[in-house]
Amino acid sequence: MTTLMIDSQFFYSLITSVFIGGVAGYLGSLMVTKRMALVGDAVGHIALPGVALAVVYNFNIILGAFISLMIGILVIWLFKTGTNLHTEALTGIVFAASIAIAFLLLPSGDLETVLIGDITKINAADVVISVFFSIIIFLILKKIFPKMILATLSDDLALSQKINVKKYDLIYLVIIGVIVALGIKILGSLLIGALVVIPASASRNVSRNMFEYSYGGMLIGIISCILGVALFSIIGFPAGPLIVLVSAIIFLITFLLKK
Amino acid sequence: MNKDSSGFILQIKDLNVSLGGQKIIEGVSLNLKDKENLMIVGPNGAGKTIMLKALLGLIPYEGEIKWKENIKIGYVPQRLSMPKEIPLSVEEFFKFKSASMEKIRESLESVGLNDFCILKMELGMISAGQFQRVMIAWSLIDKPDVLLFDEPTAGIDIGGEETIYNLLKKIEKSINITIILVTHDLNIVYRLADNVLCLNKKALCYGNPKEALSPENIDKLYKGEIKFYDHTHD
Repeated sequence: MTTLMIDSQFFYSLITSVFIGGVAGYLGSLMVTKRMALVGDAVGHIALPGVALAVVYNFNIILGAFISLMIGILVIWLFKTGTNLHTEALTGIVFAASIAIAFLLLPSGDLETVLIGDITKINAADVVISVFFSIIIFLILKKIFPKMILATLSDDLALSQKINVKKYDLIYLVIIGVIVALGIKILGSLLIGALVVIPASASRNVSRNMFEYSYGGMLIGIISCILGVALFSIIGFPAGPLIVLVSAIIFLITFLLKK
Repeated sequence: MNKDSSGFILQIKDLNVSLGGQKIIEGVSLNLKDKENLMIVGPNGAGKTIMLKALLGLIPYEGEIKWKENIKIGYVPQRLSMPKEIPLSVEEFFKFKSASMEKIRESLESVGLNDFCILKMELGMISAGQFQRVMIAWSLIDKPDVLLFDEPTAGIDIGGEETIYNLLKKIEKSINITIILVTHDLNIVYRLADNVLCLNKKALCYGNPKEALSPENIDKLYKGEIKFYDHTHD
């Protein structure tokens, strides 16, 4: 007990990361299925200027990230309507420009916080916001999940079932934005993508159906966060990289189990 | 508004479809009676799949497509492939339609899948023949009035083709449904169709298969390249 920092800060970090890690793992199974595994990374970087401003002007990082993402998505959409370029290329442009802007805004001392997260900055308000939005997003995801999977199999099949594919795609994109904004304080913009990709991929290795896949992703996300935060409190290395490493080790284990 | 006494469940008037500035279907008109089987034949790229999509309202079109009121349409798309990275089980696939276990079993039996172990298998892991049957069972589960079926022989090995034909025959008899089928296989047309539509952008022939599919019409449809039972895809 002497080495563990059992204090309110520890619980704030643990609760926040467990909820966000869980719902990110669940969302990840859908993103990996839709071959959008790297979207989490791109979105994480587009959030950077807002996060930088939040650090400089001392307001909530989640809010900064969210505003930045909305502007980024709007800009991509505007370019999309005016050019023949694919969304992928436009995202590449906006994401690179976002990194550049963020680096100009940020004092160098705060770089690490923004890039790999800092759970010691999580406060009671963050806990409430994260838990509330995680639950809401999980419930929405659970509802749209079958429809999204059906649309992934065949747009025509989904449309013939009167599923409004475009509407669900939009909801899904907003959800990705919210999860990234919530998670950025824990993992930073460099690592947030890992939280949607690795737990889901690990789960895919050992699952035989969609239920096991999606809830397995959630479980592995939660376990990674618990172990990562616990390791942080023992050895004192930043929690973000530790969470990612734990999930990568779990991926390795599931890979070996599959073999 | 659609309560007419024509007895038709589908009326198509001067259907035109353009995609990307190119005319795909031009001036097709026909009427379909209840329980009538319509087969649409034509070479690759003739607009057959597009025609089904227009009938389903999935793509924009000009002209008139009038279905009977409150009609329920089942749809089996063409060569749907199941990516292996999605571990969707057959049971989960059926749950998308919120069907009860009893209904799922009943539906699987109706397409000749009597071993319910298949429910626990991944959709991406079952054979092409089983997959085709699952798709049919899935489309039949909410008891549609019409089944739109795109190239049932596509993707199935030669040994399985006869079975799909038998299956269609069985479905038609047991649940008394209207089938609109797009196919390459003139064999199936001769044996199952009440009417056939020869489509190559325009309707080149329409009517009873024995009369409509005259050697001249077939020749015109496939522009002299017809190999009678050839339905390979490129």
